[in-house]
Amino acid sequence: MNTEILGIIVMFTLSILLAIPLGKYIAKVYGGEKTLLDPIFNPIERIFYKISGINPHTEMNWKQQMVVMISINMVWFLLGMVVLMNQGNLPLNPDKNPSMSADLAFNTVISFVVNCNLQHYSGESGLSYLGQYWLMFLQFVSAGTGMAAAVVLFRAFRDKTADTLGNFYSNFVKSCTRILLPISFVVAIILAFEGTPMTFEGKDTITTLQGDSVEVSRGPAAAFVPIKHVGTNGGGFFGVNSAHPFENPSYLSNMVEMVAQLIVPLAMIFAFGYFIRRRKLSWMIFGVMTVGFLMLTIPNINMEMNGNPAIAAMGIDNSLGAMEGKEIRLGAPASGFWSIVTTVISTGSVNSMHDSSMALSGMNELLAMMINAFYGGVGVGLLNFFIFIILAVFISGLMVGRTPEFLGKKVEAREMKIAMIIALLHPFLILVGTALAAALPQYTADSLNNPGFHGLSEMLYEYTSSSANNGSGFEGLGDNTPWWNISTGFVLILSRFLPIIGPVAIAGLLAQKKFVPEGDGTLKTDTATFGLMVFAVIAIVAALAFFPVLALGPIAEYFSLY
Amino acid sequence: MNNNTSLFQKDMVQEALKQSFVKLNPKTMFRNPVMFTVWIGTLVMLAVSLWTLAGAQGQGSFGYNFTVFIILLLTLLFANFAEAIAEARGKAQADSLRKTREETPARLKNGKTISSAQLQKGDIFICEAGDIIPTDGEIIEGLATIDESAITGESAPVIREAGGDKSSVTGGTKVLSDKIVVQVTTQPGESFLDKMIALVEGAARQKTPNEIALTILLAGFTLVFIIVCVTLKPFADYANVGITIASFISLFVCLIPTTIGGLLSAIGIAGMDRALRANVITKSGKAVETAGDIDVLLLDKTGTITIGNRKATHFHAANGIDEKRLIKAAVLSSMADETPEGKSIIELAGVNPLSYEARNPQFIKFTAETRSSGVDYEGTRIRKGATDAIKSMVTRAGNTFPKEVEEKVKAISSNGGTPLVVSENEVALGVIELQDIIKPGIQERFERLRKMGIKTVMVTGDNPLTAKFIAEKAGVDDFIAEAKPEDKMNYIKKEQSEGRLVAMMGDGTNDAPALAQADVGVAMNSGTQAAKEAGNMVDLDNDPTKLIEVVEIGKQLLMTRGTLTTFSIANDVAKYFAIIPALFITAIPALQGLNIMNLHSPESAILSAVIFNAIIIPMLIPLALKGVAYKPIGASALLRRNLFIYGLGGVLIPFAGIKLIDMLISVFF
Repeated sequence: MNTEILGIIVMFTLSILLAIPLGKYIAKVYGGEKTLLDPIFNPIERIFYKISGINPHTEMNWKQQMVVMISINMVWFLLGMVVLMNQGNLPLNPDKNPSMSADLAFNTVISFVVNCNLQHYSGESGLSYLGQYWLMFLQFVSAGTGMAAAVVLFRAFRDKTADTLGNFYSNFVKSCTRILLPISFVVAIILAFEGTPMTFEGKDTITTLQGDSVEVSRGPAAAFVPIKHVGTNGGGFFGVNSAHPFENPSYLSNMVEMVAQLIVPLAMIFAFGYFIRRRKLSWMIFGVMTVGFLMLTIPNINMEMNGNPAIAAMGIDNSLGAMEGKEIRLGAPASGFWSIVTTVISTGSVNSMHDSSMALSGMNELLAMMINAFYGGVGVGLLNFFIFIILAVFISGLMVGRTPEFLGKKVEAREMKIAMIIALLHPFLILVGTALAAALPQYTADSLNNPGFHGLSEMLYEYTSSSANNGSGFEGLGDNTPWWNISTGFVLILSRFLPIIGPVAIAGLLAQKKFVPEGDGTLKTDTATFGLMVFAVIAIVAALAFFPVLALGPIAEYFSLY
Repeated sequence: MNNNTSLFQKDMVQEALKQSFVKLNPKTMFRNPVMFTVWIGTLVMLAVSLWTLAGAQGQGSFGYNFTVFIILLLTLLFANFAEAIAEARGKAQADSLRKTREETPARLKNGKTISSAQLQKGDIFICEAGDIIPTDGEIIEGLATIDESAITGESAPVIREAGGDKSSVTGGTKVLSDKIVVQVTTQPGESFLDKMIALVEGAARQKTPNEIALTILLAGFTLVFIIVCVTLKPFADYANVGITIASFISLFVCLIPTTIGGLLSAIGIAGMDRALRANVITKSGKAVETAGDIDVLLLDKTGTITIGNRKATHFHAANGIDEKRLIKAAVLSSMADETPEGKSIIELAGVNPLSYEARNPQFIKFTAETRSSGVDYEGTRIRKGATDAIKSMVTRAGNTFPKEVEEKVKAISSNGGTPLVVSENEVALGVIELQDIIKPGIQERFERLRKMGIKTVMVTGDNPLTAKFIAEKAGVDDFIAEAKPEDKMNYIKKEQSEGRLVAMMGDGTNDAPALAQADVGVAMNSGTQAAKEAGNMVDLDNDPTKLIEVVEIGKQLLMTRGTLTTFSIANDVAKYFAIIPALFITAIPALQGLNIMNLHSPESAILSAVIFNAIIIPMLIPLALKGVAYKPIGASALLRRNLFIYGLGGVLIPFAGIKLIDMLISVFF
């Protein structure tokens, strides 16, 4: 077998095999059971809780938890603005990089707070090491926020009827210290051995074979890069992200980073099953997500390997695949695989330039983000998927002649209203954002790298990536302009917090309802049949809303090419 | 009553056609958000047609625009027609019931005769043989045989009498014998039937919670497509593609779920109508839907599971007692016993009681304290009754209660029979065995309920042993033995506290609290007024197994909504493949690759899609009215089945339909 394909299978299988025990461990962490790292972190946490006057054992209802979430995120946002707009004069700035402009700082901080990491700057010239460190901190806490929100969902379905669903502070801190930190630590050590720099010194100079002198940026990258993947953030240390030889030095580092971004979203699915003691439900969710993932991945790998007919027509050898915008040390298949992993999960780190992907590969990357629930970001992927479950439960409940119910809770008008608003929000932000950009060429036309269909794809990709909190880009787009910084900034805020609050609210409302025991007439939600229904709902909702714009973008491009 | 009316009767269709236009009133349309957007689209197309007629360029020909306008108008009319025909059918059904209670003279107690319409609640009237009972009421004096065939279609007359649980009479039924004094129980216009008529006529029809949730879903899908169509304009401009207003409107109307939107209220009305056709009057639409969710069903044993009453099947004499002596004692003690059990003893004995010599008999009536009855004559005291009652009487007199009798009693009980011990002068003579006859076919009905996921519970006054036997034989899941009225109530409350929905049928006044407590309470029409007030449905046929039908009607109602929603949304895939290439093909010829149906021209493609979208509504009206068939095959299997038929069918059928229409109209466009 082609070793490149084998490499992909190894990466994917390894991630799944690691995710199952990790899921069990995560369920233990949130279940309040004793874990290995307690002796180290418990005393430290106790001091911090004491100083801040927080009792981590106070039970909160879903509303209180959401208030906590919004307020701590607000604090990080404000501090981040201060750091980035003044980093030029603050310590840890050996390269003397300047402070950020207000609109760029706004976009940057927002995008790191919301786990998107859109990065309209390049790390080498745009950030001091202090700025990098603040962003690294945000990559931890934004991932922790998503996970702690998912725990509200976990709790809502564990007990028969409940008003309070755990303590947000406690689950948030545990997410960071018991899950994200240890995994990142292991990944960092491997990366450091593979050659990722870990230093506070500034730029180095090398003399190339041609005799030119070149300045090379370095920094504490080995510490920064792991959480970028483990927390499904995707905010790179260097501008070109994981295509950079320091950020992703070898095929092995590529594998490690791939596994690192897959395991926590996968483990959260299994953790859900362990936590609510319905492991079969986890397998249903995993099954639907995996089928969707493979349906996007396999064509992408195939298309990237087959190369570009336009290049072949010019008489250039295309046998390595469509290599435009790809790193030779990683190759076309691994890049194609990564392009879907990073878009189905909201990582958004890239190891190739998506702008150069084949037309329909680009469409698949877009679809992955438009659906945003095949694995999805840490914690939030499950929350997004939950919305589709609610819609599927409602329609299929009717189809079997029963008031719809999920895990013993009746789904009624109020839950449907919230689910529908959240399901509408994503297409609304993407389509309206792109439509405005297309309708106002005076702001956007100059930033497009390509005219025509591909230009539309570039704009569509930028808003899709923002709304999916993904952070990757069709990097042909020159996106550091006030228009892109501000418009995507607002998309980011709306598309982060509403899709968290919505599902959490539904879970909270359902938790309060009376538990209906399962009978023979109850529609089981942990079956392949129901999985098929969820898949159909996802396919229809995404395909129906985005088909026209995709037809004018990547599909038109595809038909023009072949 | 005519239950076999065809779906579309001529007069109903005429009325419905008229209503289809009346319902174009924006106030009426506004109640249905999906169809209201179509209504706006239709107006826009009218304006565009006139505009092209006035010479506007770039919007296509007048003929094309006007055709789109006509098709959209038809879409609206079809949807209105669906609702109107459902209403007309419900109304016709209600009218045939109402006819039975047209103006009839009512003879008041004070001798005056007034029209039935003038009767007020509390009025008292008198009916004699041959009279039509003017309105619903409760017998306060007398007993009569009544022909209820006008309501139930059942020709056998029934007995209704004052006091007890069979004291209700219904307006429109006919007194066959005797004379009764009746008190009016409802205000004119407020009877259950009046309420039901209002429900099917739409005036009082409130959306059920489930319907509201579905409307939210449909409104959500409509909003998505508003966003899709509005944002398409700048995208098309960016790509230098000109799109006509007709194309935009057509795309929008095809994408929003008009099929289910147009049929939604018809489905709801038809559900109520089906209940009415099953001779069940419901007080709200919600009750029917709740019936579909029932988890537990409480049924009285007598009359539901077993035929009427127990029958004597055997005499078992004690050792050393001649069987003839036992039979004689049994017959004598049952002479004055008017209960069906008593009569069946004499029947079994096959002896004329008068052939025995028993002078000056003193009959002892059954009481709850003695739990026995009998006869005294010339120093002979014969008693028959419950085992422990006779046993204590025998032992108190110093006699021994024979062991073999005791054993027989146990054997009979565990076989589902009821033992009655007979004693003469405090000496036990033997046992009469009474047996319940289980209704034929009842096992199959319970099996069906079990497959639906409903637990059946038998309520009986029998002892636990007998109850268990019958429960097993009939195939019910659980039973309440030696049930007192509060036991029913407690059972319901217990199941409800565990989150289950409970349905029960009842007729007596002492059933009223439990009927009110149950999520679905079906009162028999023959039952007391209190029971009828407490429940949320009234069964005109007094058929205790009617609940099974009600449950199925409830399930059908939800299923019809669910499957048509799925069908409607699945249709969009094909419509996209018809319209999207049609919109862009002229400007971007490369997109010809998307025209997988190979439709003739952009105009014909768009028209085919809207025509398909319009005609699918009337084609589905029969399904909406009859409801999707419910099959008790388990939820997952049912979902698979419906997903296959309506989901996959919903994806594939429009491909064929649109292509076919395109082939037909390609001659013109």
